[in-house]
Amino acid sequence: MSFGIPFAPGEASSSAGSVDTLFYALLGFTGALGGFLTLLVVGYAVKYRAGSGANRTGERGRSLPLEIGWTLASLVIAFAIFGWGATLFVRRDHPPADALQIAGLGKQWMWEFRHPGGQREIDELHVPVGKPVVVSLASQDVIHSFFVPAFRVKQDAVPGRTTHVWFTATEPGRYHLFCAEYCGTQHSEMGGWVDVLPPEQYAAWLSGQGEGETLAAAGEKLFRALGCSGCHGASSKVRAPPLDNVYGRPVALANRSTVIADERYLRDSILQPAKEVAAGYEPVMPSFDGLVDEAELQMLLAYLKSLSPQGPPNNEAIR
Amino acid sequence: MSASTRSVAFDTPAREKAADAFGMWVFVGSEAMLFGAVMLVFFVARVSYGPAFAAASKHLSLTLGTLNTAVLITSSFTMALAHFYSDARRWRAAVGTLAATALLGIAFLAIKGTEYAMEFHEGIAPVLGAPFTFDGPDPVHAAFFFGLYFTMTALHGLHLACGIIVVAGLLALWRGADASSRKRRVQAVGLYWHFVDVVWVFLFPVLYLINR
Amino acid sequence: MSSDAATQLSYLDEGAGPRAWLLTTDHKRVAWLYLVSLTAFFFLGGAFAVLMRLELATPGGDLVSDDVYNRLFSLHGIIMVWFFLVPSIPATLGNFLLPLMIGARDLAFPRLNLASWYVFVFGSLFALFSVLAGGVDTGWTFYTPLSTLYANGFVSTAAMGVFIVGFSSIMTGINFIVTVHTLRAPGLTWFRLPIFVWTIYATALVMVLATPVLAASLILIVLERVFGIGIFNPDLGGDPLLFQHLFWFYSHPAVYIMILPGMGVVSEVLPCFSRRPLFGYKAVALSSMAIAVFGFLVWGHHMFVSGQSAYAGVIFSFLSFCVAIPSAIKVFNWSLTLRKGEITFEAPMLYALFFLALFTFGGLAGLFLAALAVDVHVHDTYFVVAHFHYIMVGGMVTAYMAGLHFWWPKMTGRMYSETWGRIAAAATFIGFNLTFFPQFVLGFLGMPRRYHTYPPEFQFWHVLSSAGAVVLAAGYLMPLFYLGWSLFRGARAPDNPWGATGLEWQTASPPPPHNFERMPRVSRPPYAYAMKGLKHERFSPHKETTGETAA
Repeated sequence: MSFGIPFAPGEASSSAGSVDTLFYALLGFTGALGGFLTLLVVGYAVKYRAGSGANRTGERGRSLPLEIGWTLASLVIAFAIFGWGATLFVRRDHPPADALQIAGLGKQWMWEFRHPGGQREIDELHVPVGKPVVVSLASQDVIHSFFVPAFRVKQDAVPGRTTHVWFTATEPGRYHLFCAEYCGTQHSEMGGWVDVLPPEQYAAWLSGQGEGETLAAAGEKLFRALGCSGCHGASSKVRAPPLDNVYGRPVALANRSTVIADERYLRDSILQPAKEVAAGYEPVMPSFDGLVDEAELQMLLAYLKSLSPQGPPNNEAIR
Repeated sequence: MSASTRSVAFDTPAREKAADAFGMWVFVGSEAMLFGAVMLVFFVARVSYGPAFAAASKHLSLTLGTLNTAVLITSSFTMALAHFYSDARRWRAAVGTLAATALLGIAFLAIKGTEYAMEFHEGIAPVLGAPFTFDGPDPVHAAFFFGLYFTMTALHGLHLACGIIVVAGLLALWRGADASSRKRRVQAVGLYWHFVDVVWVFLFPVLYLINR
Repeated sequence: MSSDAATQLSYLDEGAGPRAWLLTTDHKRVAWLYLVSLTAFFFLGGAFAVLMRLELATPGGDLVSDDVYNRLFSLHGIIMVWFFLVPSIPATLGNFLLPLMIGARDLAFPRLNLASWYVFVFGSLFALFSVLAGGVDTGWTFYTPLSTLYANGFVSTAAMGVFIVGFSSIMTGINFIVTVHTLRAPGLTWFRLPIFVWTIYATALVMVLATPVLAASLILIVLERVFGIGIFNPDLGGDPLLFQHLFWFYSHPAVYIMILPGMGVVSEVLPCFSRRPLFGYKAVALSSMAIAVFGFLVWGHHMFVSGQSAYAGVIFSFLSFCVAIPSAIKVFNWSLTLRKGEITFEAPMLYALFFLALFTFGGLAGLFLAALAVDVHVHDTYFVVAHFHYIMVGGMVTAYMAGLHFWWPKMTGRMYSETWGRIAAAATFIGFNLTFFPQFVLGFLGMPRRYHTYPPEFQFWHVLSSAGAVVLAAGYLMPLFYLGWSLFRGARAPDNPWGATGLEWQTASPPPPHNFERMPRVSRPPYAYAMKGLKHERFSPHKETTGETAA
């Protein structure tokens, strides 16, 4: 039927179907409205062409009921579409709690992914079918954007902050991964493939990558190498806040406000320690801005998160 | 077409004067959006890095800042007098107050220049590759504060310099102008001058008086 | 009545030397200065587009290198947005017509008007320099930190060029606002103004209030590149998203700067060739103002996947649906204007009808983009490219062509060739749809924009698009020749060749230097086409005796 010409992208994630339903509903609505207006205008143009014998009596230049009618109708329809789109959208913010956590790093011009077990891959992402996956995104240089058309997901990776994207792949296969935010010379080359594997093949793939140290273990090593443990460790002489079970919990600050220790807070505390000082401690910690790169930061965060085994309550991590 | 309108578009000088004033108001609205955007950037940064900004702000010279505020408010007062005198056709007094306005503007720029020189000397001017030394807890964001400080005050200084040039031009063309042109110009230039003054009245507390 | 025009001295007879043109303060001549400069930029930007489409005919990077391609689309965007679309209708037709339509001798500040053209030229020199010196590769959006820290093109000069033409916009905007407020003819109340004046007024408001924000963000970019002040640099405490907020705070309203005047043109042309008053005049006028106001509140819909909070996304989506309403109201009113008319299909009317179709479809595509979950998928893909080209090219440029043909007799005193006009209109309509409709499909398939190379399965749609671009280019080149020809050989135009209402048609073609021999007084509502006792003769080239045949 389609002679090899593609008309629609494949659906390979749990959210692709619901996005497509909205898309086709919109297509139907806009097609109907556009078709109706086209018929109306063409019909008038033919019927009332100069010299035609159409009846032109009873003409009016305005109609208040009509203006109010179509304004209200447009409003109702617009708000309905808004509600539908927004409902699907806010799900982006709520990944399932048991999701697989993968760290993604964009840099000119490649994607680097690290699995929880420490496996690292470039421009290629292996994920298991049927399991939710959260990719936390950071950027080493400019803004990039993680885009997998078959999953209907997209998220910018912005330097200086961590963003998230999540999906549950439903069909094993090999899907395009693109960078969707223009990022310089080789923007169109930046990307690769997402390989969705059945769980057993995924497990085989993971073990085939060799038992590297886990992301959290690498982070722990870094935690000691950078001297963080000297103050934050249990036996240290300098008084610094202990970091066990901090992630995801409220922290009282010196300025008498309270923040949730999410990724944003942990990240800022490493790079700009003077900004939000925990109550009861001196602001003596130096900034590690420039000393750790984005990849190392992701390892440190993985380690700090591993110190809170129960995970954050209510999945606040994504905020 | 009356001989005393500058533009062919207007029938009477009165309508042209009204149009000039209205045009200047629209321009001031546009300028307010310019400063508003920069101020917004400042406030966003201020909220993010409050302590660093407060510490950095203490390194600005409050004395010179206050003095400059006084100078500029006085200049607005002389400008208002010039407007009053030109409407009353007391031309000598109008010229005198306009000249005083321009001189006060120059004084403001001179004081600002002194301040800039002091800040370069102290090493808190992170622009043009000048060395930056700051002994506070968070030098990176202090540098950010000074970057914004120089951007905002230089932008304001540029506007003031334009104002001085326009007042000087007005005085240079004074002899050749008839009464209605003089009144029209003084009114339009005055509006602009007061606007530049008001911008400083916002900049001063925002930059100099954080946590003092 | 056309014999009167021949004996009077027109604005074109007031000296032909470069001094008489370059030092003119006559709004009609300044309009011509703009028209010539903008036409040059239109074809320069168009040439870049043709090169891009040729490159994209094949999936690999065969024709130009990636660096060259990135420069092509960046310069295409920068030139088309800031050096053509933003000033297009306001600075040419607006400049020429605004005083004529409100019965004024000139704009309120004629010298400021000329100065705005010089500022425009000065700014365009910066842009041309950055083109010739090696180009810019940031995209027209100048996103940080790419533009400030990584891009190696002539970003600062291009940004300065855009900054300077911004002043030209502000000057034009102030001039238009003051003119509409102070120089309307006796009896010309606000609700007797032609819709074109309403839309130009709304445009001027947006220009005056939004352009300074763009100026501020460009200043900060240049400061960051040149002086190292890190306002958008995360390593120095800055925030890259802040730039996007500032940029779109201008650039979204700029979309309405670009489209509103086009809506104004169409609101003049449709009633004239339907011989009917504009349906729902007040609704159309007020919806223009509503668009101008709401346009300031929706910038965040460019940033749904940027990392701004989900709440912000939801709010901006809601406001974006709100801004769709006034556009929908306009489309319904335009369509009903045709009802019970006496419709003829001269070239301006064809262009206006094509505008109606393309704007409607572009606008409906906007519903997909405002719906959050769908936008996540099609954001930064060819779907977006297709959407804004339907509005900017299918809408605005088509309306510009409609206006140019409609008022050409008034501006030049000559008639263009109707046959060629219709052929060109049809060619642009067919070429446009062939170029840009496939891009909707490409976007839905997931083809990201600004890609120099692409996976081979997308090629079918790219080839269609590239083929369409050739037809479209032909459609835009044709008017250059037949309009140019008509300047010298066209039939003499009567004062009111279309039998239109509107004050601009009550003076000679071309108008005398100060527009009106006698100041007009207005006692009727606009678009009084169907009023009893009014007979509007229409021009027929076959009846003229000057020897020019229509074909």
